[in-house]
Amino acid sequence: MTSELQEPQPSRLHIEPMTSEFEEPQPSRLHTVIASVDRLAGSVFIFPTVLALLLLSIFPLLASLYVSLARFKIAKGGFTLNFVGLDNYQKLFIGSERTHFLGSFAPSTPLSWIVFGVIVMALAIFLARYFLNTRVSIGGLVGRLLLTLGLGALTWMLVHTLWGDGRLGTVSTTLVYVFVGIFFQYILGLSLAMLTVQNLPGRRFFRVVFLLPMMITPVGVAYMFRMLTDTSKGPFTPIWQALGLVDFSWVNNAWGARTAILIADIWQWTPFMFIVLVAALESQPVEPVEAATVDGANPWQIFQHITWPAILPVSMTLILIRLIEAFKIVDLPNVMTNGGPGTATQSLTYHAFINWRGLDLGASAAVAYMLLFLVTFFGMIFVNLIRQRVVETL
Amino acid sequence: MKRWFQSKSYNTPSPVGRVLSYLILGFWALLILFPLYWLIITSLKISSQVAEGPFYLPFVDFKPSLDAWKYILVGDLSNDTLRTFKNTLIVAPTSALLALILGSTAAYALVRFEYRPRVGAILTFIGCLALGVVAIFLGVPWTIALTVATAIFIILLQTIGRRFQRALGNNDIAFWMISQRMLPPIAVVIPIYILFQRLHLLDTYTALIITYVTSNLPIVIWLMRDYVSTIPIELEECAAIDGASRYRIFWSIVLPLAIPGLVATFLFVLVFTWNEYLLALFLSSANSQTLPLVIAAQNATRGPQWWNMSVLILIMIIPVIVIAIILERYITRGLLIGAVKG
Repeated sequence: MTSELQEPQPSRLHIEPMTSEFEEPQPSRLHTVIASVDRLAGSVFIFPTVLALLLLSIFPLLASLYVSLARFKIAKGGFTLNFVGLDNYQKLFIGSERTHFLGSFAPSTPLSWIVFGVIVMALAIFLARYFLNTRVSIGGLVGRLLLTLGLGALTWMLVHTLWGDGRLGTVSTTLVYVFVGIFFQYILGLSLAMLTVQNLPGRRFFRVVFLLPMMITPVGVAYMFRMLTDTSKGPFTPIWQALGLVDFSWVNNAWGARTAILIADIWQWTPFMFIVLVAALESQPVEPVEAATVDGANPWQIFQHITWPAILPVSMTLILIRLIEAFKIVDLPNVMTNGGPGTATQSLTYHAFINWRGLDLGASAAVAYMLLFLVTFFGMIFVNLIRQRVVETL
Repeated sequence: MKRWFQSKSYNTPSPVGRVLSYLILGFWALLILFPLYWLIITSLKISSQVAEGPFYLPFVDFKPSLDAWKYILVGDLSNDTLRTFKNTLIVAPTSALLALILGSTAAYALVRFEYRPRVGAILTFIGCLALGVVAIFLGVPWTIALTVATAIFIILLQTIGRRFQRALGNNDIAFWMISQRMLPPIAVVIPIYILFQRLHLLDTYTALIITYVTSNLPIVIWLMRDYVSTIPIELEECAAIDGASRYRIFWSIVLPLAIPGLVATFLFVLVFTWNEYLLALFLSSANSQTLPLVIAAQNATRGPQWWNMSVLILIMIIPVIVIAIILERYITRGLLIGAVKG
């Protein structure tokens, strides 16, 4: 890897350290050694990290890629891995795992055609604007075509599984968890952060309390919410009784179960958004806000023109990190609903986990790889289109 | 009347705004604290009190008992609890600290140096690594596979690798690093297990620490990168003119200035390692088990032991809460991720 990182260009901070020209007329050998060590600083600083990531990330990545292309069998004195090509992936898209993975598709209805049409139109406009306004490069073109195709396919899947007779597969369920979850976490985190940076007595107390959910181990949160949402022994039993729902179990209703999991997820991860946004809000300079207040700007104008642009870049990093983490949700559905009813609350990681538990390691790795593609897809869109644009406009 | 809607300064809300703020904050605090209250009273219940339906107030609704606490802390489970608690106390802060050291140096490097890794070199490297991995899976001894793959890599790099002059930039490296967190742990856990088995490191602190450090490095790098880039470069230039080396600049200028950011990042990483479950499940058995495993183990064949579980969860969050209260002033001040360089 050294060779890949070679020649760190004379750094951005480009000032030759004056090797004490005035004190010693002739630079000693020690000084040349020090100078050369200093020149290596670029490599020294990043090398340990790159090495660690290579050793412990690339190897498992490639190993599980191979496993996803193979069939795992327990054999005498260990196991065997037989290369089967794309069989495991084929199973997910057109074979026996299809309804589990992609969901069962309802026949098209006018509504699904309308939604699909609108999204396709939007994507077409996006492509057309690219062709008309900017110079077309191969990388940009391929990226945008992939984006259009990917989003189009995902929309097609969602409009046929979200309503009517369709059932969500693990892909769509994961997307619901990720996007609904992050949306509410961000909105709640931002509003709470705005409230606690005000000059209110007791705000430190609120800040520490609001941090608490993040501190609990995810497995613990999952069990805690299973206790809380129990309709016959949980604390909300009287409410369920009053509503006549005591025999109704949210576990048996697909959207009920998903909502419960989403609530737990939002409860646990809003603090992450909250605390970083508090830090961002506190660090923005006071003077522009004061000046705007003097000039008679109302709070909404101050937020829109001063605060919002200041916290936008942080928000982008924050959402990217949460996006990556949220795709890996597994503890909550596993503990709260066991993935039920049926497969309704299973996320992609949970899907991989089930295959893994059934010792079908090949299929498990294939699901994990599809998840990797999905996260990379959204991560790339986010970093290259949204984040870039937002940061550039500032 | 108008006075109620008027605020004194830009940061102090009007009386009405103040009441509204307290109402919303109080409501959210209630939403946070009620589940924790339920944990506390469940930890004071015995099994029949949980099974017979909801009881809300100790001494009023039900007679609290310390059975679960005794069971966990001095009774049958005390050995497990203390052992795993000690393990967690060793593993989590150590890995958080190591990740912080490695990650912040890399973050500094990504902000202040320019790297131009060449596409050709990277592709040959990945190809050779893939070849090596496949060879090992097919049964070639790993020493031979490694040597051959390295040899091929060096040869190809000198010949074909030089033809691709296209290079990547710092942002690509950063994205590569964060992408290492994208694969779900369930997919990497088996290769990692096999890796540590070969190295005879299973069920040791070392294995857990190495895994945690690498899996948390990307987060440290991303948070610290934003932070380091807000440190004015003039300070470093002054030091460089005075003859300080890059290491000296990093150690005596960048790190002290970045302390608030470091503290906040440390807290995040500590929380992640402290609570990690899946990797610990695979990499530890008797010696290095951590606390989350004990919590999950309370879901016995007789059904979840809610009271024990509650005690364990409470025991587990207390140290983190203490640390969070100590570090709170740093976090809010410190995590001033300024302008994010795209």
